[in-house]
Amino acid sequence: MSNRTLNLLIPVISVILGLLAGALIMLVSGYNPVNGYIALWNGAFGQVFYIGETLRLATPYIFAGLAIAFAFRTGLFNIGAEGQLIVGWIAAVWVGIAFDLPKAIHLPLAILAAAAAGALWGFIPGLLKARLRVHEVIVTIMMNYIALYSSNYLIRNVLSKQQDTTPHIHHSASLASPFFQKITDYSTLHNGIYLALLAVVVMWFIIEKTALGFELKSVGFNPNASEYAGMNVGRSIILSMVISGAFAGLGGAMEGLGNYGFAFLQSSFSGIGFDGIAVALLGGNTALGVLIAAVLFGALKVGSLNMPIDAGVPNELVNIVIALIILFVASGYMIKWILTRLKKEAK
Amino acid sequence: MDFLTALEIIISASLLSAAPLIFTALGGVFSERSGVVNIGLEGLMIMGAFTSIVFNLTFAKTFGAWTPWLALLAAMAIGGLFALIHAVASISFRADQTVSGVAINFLALGLAMFLIKKIYGKGQTDTIREYFRQVDIPGLNHIPLIGKLFFQGVTYPSYIAILVAFAVWFIIYKTPFGLRLRSVGEHPMAADTMGINVTKMRYLAVFLSGVFGGIGGAVYAQSITLNFSSSTISGQGYMALAAMIFGKWNPLGAMGAALFFGFAQSLSIIGSNIPYLKEIPSVFLLIAPYVLTILALAGFIGRAEAPKADGVPYIKGER
Amino acid sequence: MDYVIEMLHIRKEFPGIVANDDITLQLKKGEIHALLGENGAGKSTLMNVLFGLYQPEKGEIRVNGKKVEITDPNVANDLGIGMVHQHFMLIDKFSVTENIILGKEPRKKGVIDIKKAEQQVREISDRYGLKVDPRAKISDISVGMQQRVEILKTLYRGADIIIFDEPTAVLTPQEIRELIGIMKTLIKEGKSIILITHKLKEIMEVCDRVTVIRKGKGIATLNVKDTNPQELAHLMVGRDVIFTTEKTEGHPKQAVLEIENLHVKDSRGVEAVKGLNLQVRAGEIVGIAGVDGNGQSELIEAITGLKKAESGVIRLNGKDITNLRPRKVTEAGVGHIPEDRHKYGLVLDFTIGENMVLQTYYKMPVSNKGILNYKEIYKKAKSIISEFDVRTPSEYTKVRALSGGNQQKAIIGREIDRDPDLLIAAQPTRGLDVGAIEFIHKRLVEQRDHGKAVLLVSFELDEIMNLSDRIAVIYEGAFIDIVDPKKTTEQELGLLMAGHRKEKVGEQSNV
Repeated sequence: MSNRTLNLLIPVISVILGLLAGALIMLVSGYNPVNGYIALWNGAFGQVFYIGETLRLATPYIFAGLAIAFAFRTGLFNIGAEGQLIVGWIAAVWVGIAFDLPKAIHLPLAILAAAAAGALWGFIPGLLKARLRVHEVIVTIMMNYIALYSSNYLIRNVLSKQQDTTPHIHHSASLASPFFQKITDYSTLHNGIYLALLAVVVMWFIIEKTALGFELKSVGFNPNASEYAGMNVGRSIILSMVISGAFAGLGGAMEGLGNYGFAFLQSSFSGIGFDGIAVALLGGNTALGVLIAAVLFGALKVGSLNMPIDAGVPNELVNIVIALIILFVASGYMIKWILTRLKKEAK
Repeated sequence: MDFLTALEIIISASLLSAAPLIFTALGGVFSERSGVVNIGLEGLMIMGAFTSIVFNLTFAKTFGAWTPWLALLAAMAIGGLFALIHAVASISFRADQTVSGVAINFLALGLAMFLIKKIYGKGQTDTIREYFRQVDIPGLNHIPLIGKLFFQGVTYPSYIAILVAFAVWFIIYKTPFGLRLRSVGEHPMAADTMGINVTKMRYLAVFLSGVFGGIGGAVYAQSITLNFSSSTISGQGYMALAAMIFGKWNPLGAMGAALFFGFAQSLSIIGSNIPYLKEIPSVFLLIAPYVLTILALAGFIGRAEAPKADGVPYIKGER
Repeated sequence: MDYVIEMLHIRKEFPGIVANDDITLQLKKGEIHALLGENGAGKSTLMNVLFGLYQPEKGEIRVNGKKVEITDPNVANDLGIGMVHQHFMLIDKFSVTENIILGKEPRKKGVIDIKKAEQQVREISDRYGLKVDPRAKISDISVGMQQRVEILKTLYRGADIIIFDEPTAVLTPQEIRELIGIMKTLIKEGKSIILITHKLKEIMEVCDRVTVIRKGKGIATLNVKDTNPQELAHLMVGRDVIFTTEKTEGHPKQAVLEIENLHVKDSRGVEAVKGLNLQVRAGEIVGIAGVDGNGQSELIEAITGLKKAESGVIRLNGKDITNLRPRKVTEAGVGHIPEDRHKYGLVLDFTIGENMVLQTYYKMPVSNKGILNYKEIYKKAKSIISEFDVRTPSEYTKVRALSGGNQQKAIIGREIDRDPDLLIAAQPTRGLDVGAIEFIHKRLVEQRDHGKAVLLVSFELDEIMNLSDRIAVIYEGAFIDIVDPKKTTEQELGLLMAGHRKEKVGEQSNV
């Protein structure tokens, strides 16, 4: 069994183990795991509407997953996708409200604004890490909270007049798609999915084909050797966090311009940024892997909403399953070891 | 409102907010000193908060005023056990310790909310009746000036936290256990050659981090929020982690940093009561602790060094 | 036969490799027994088995005739076996005393009795003549003193059998003499010693008997007085070994590297290079000899642009390259084989091809307008692999899978292929087997014969004396003297390395 096959098997096995563990928890809590998972499945794929919702949810997941995977490749742990997403959302909605321009300009402008805002939010932890060697994990987490409270303030006091939500964006900045709405029974699936697919290709291209990607990977694997070879490690770190933040900010644009069309006060995080971590890990930090994992997670999350209805199981079970999947993926070494032992026994 | 009263309010609010941070930061010190990075402190606090509230709601009638304290014990046990998940993943399965810690946070929140919904049928528990009240400490509160400032309107856990910090400092720097703990975090192979069981040491340290994190969460829930929901613990675990780093992995330093962060946190809670602070838009007070954390890390970290083997799995036979 | 330790038919395996294959070693009481083998032959593994860090798959260990199972270092300690490791097992932040007592701390009511500990340390160090400062922090003391702390660790635990693992690798000739004296004292006090080494001269001088192992197998056990270095080398490697690299007379030309009055600070902000002057000419090899920590690393870092030169000038072919960024220095014509190939030389998780373009990936022909040309990359890799005899399944193999020797050959291939005017080689043969060492020495001489300038930094005096056209001895951040290898001796170099200047009759002593 080649190393490559092993590496592909680990995410698959982790998902299976995670689902099994979820079943166990349901069983122990007095629920019927079969009913629970059937409800999950139906909730994700049972109707065209649900499929639309799954793909719609997968859209920001793709961006969040790409953001974190990109940073991971450079050896950085960007837990700030949550905050970068929020600022991207706000920026996109702001542009969507504040201007009145033809769609060909307005929409791209709003999207760019989201990317720029996310990039800025990623720039700060990147700069601190590159210059002062401050660990990005804590800084990005702190930035998440700063983004949350600041955006609430902006919504209340700048984007609206003491309301809990902003006005709706102009039609010229919207990603809503009547076409999708028609074929998915009026789900919220929107044109952002095309952008997401494009983003997947862009990330793949940068990482695998460009000199920049080579440099980022090198720094991620061995910053010392990279510096010795003449690479500018600090610049790579900053650039990586900026690009990563931009991806996450675009995820926010998906919500602000596509899913909702406005912004609203949030008492806590949407969770998309954090789930992006799971998506990235499960996808092996590769572009294609992120795409597949994002759809999987979209299905899990949308499907989970059906679990309380059809099977009486709290939908948080899916969060537990997701957390366990991450643990299993992270413990990949152990899974590899067990697999190799099993192969030996079989011989 | 005169200056002294304002100061009094600020000090008691700071101590209130700092206590959970101190306990949790001490937990982080144990874990990281042994060489295991523990981002999962947030999740451990969540488990502690969850356990204590559930225990409190269930047994308040039975134990009366003792309930919060017994709930602490329950939280310690559950926190310690939960931390073992991180221990197994990081130490025995050699998972990336940061990833494992983040997963622990997700797991804790998901599990806690799942159980809350199952037990109570809603996403937020009722408010507890027996909690850590702000009291006047008998005797000490009569000391002129200092008594009024420091020993009136405070909770017992706040001062217990400070005492415990000193105790932990003593354990880590003066006892054989502490020496061995530090050796495992600095140079596990050297410790191994001196006959110290690195794996056992690290498991114990991570377990302790769960115990302390559990206390931190339980103190937080039972003195500040008085109930449990998905937004009960919102970043305090990470703040405790930052306090540990800011305190250079030294229990007393962590305590000092936690007091500082507690002060920053309290501003958003009591800011509307203090004359000068009233004028500042609430958003700045809300983000103050987080901004200050970043500034603290940026300003002071240049020289600080984590234990040398922090975050590196120890693999026997690797040279 | 009074054997105090017997390791009989020991077999130790690791995933994919048999490190010890049926090895037998017997240590007599009161003897110094050498364990001789190349790098990677399995010596350290065998001793780690004896010390309880590893468990053997097969074989038996007897202590004083009794069969024992040494399951961990504590058991080894209880049996009286102690080990002085090659890479010191010392905790930088702890004091000398704390390092010695770790795991067996004297206690008073649950607390460490540090006063008693320091007293005990003083007693033992006086008894065996091992001068240390019990309160000093490990990070502040010299390498020689650190080694004495390692020895004290074993004595504190009452070791009667002491294993020394490559103890002289980091010592000056003087310190080596001191160590030999210490070993003889230990023998007089009734200890028995196993000396792991690959240095033939030391074996001839100090040891009573020697066991040779090669590629995991035991080859022979001999009395030292019945053998000689040639025979030992032959047994160690399996063929005849040429000790000196063939070198014709050099014809150095113009200066390629010129350094004037260079001052560099180390990572702690303390001055490490203090007013250093150096010239390396085309067609010559200049070897820098010196004890680790006298500024060699900082000197190289300053030349390659990794550290800031506080003042002074560095010129390459007349062009000022002082404080240029590393990439510019490389482009100006400098090649660098770093000290630590894993940390600084290679990205282990990259393929060979990717590693070969680590410095050139951003320019034509490797990449065009920012997009990589993989065909070019692997074409280059293939040519380097064949020319520099890098043993690998393919050019797409990840570098991690290569042996140390092949990794180093790849690095050298990469540097030489870029055709630099100045090639800097820092500890180029550290940890390599004889075959790889021979190959690398040949290539360095080849560069010199092609008119390149070579700057060699090494702790192995043999290597320096063998290869250099001139030897510059560095001491406390400057060159204390520059000597002709043909006219100097190890003793003289040793004295210079320790700071003793030569007093020439009729000349003023230079500062």
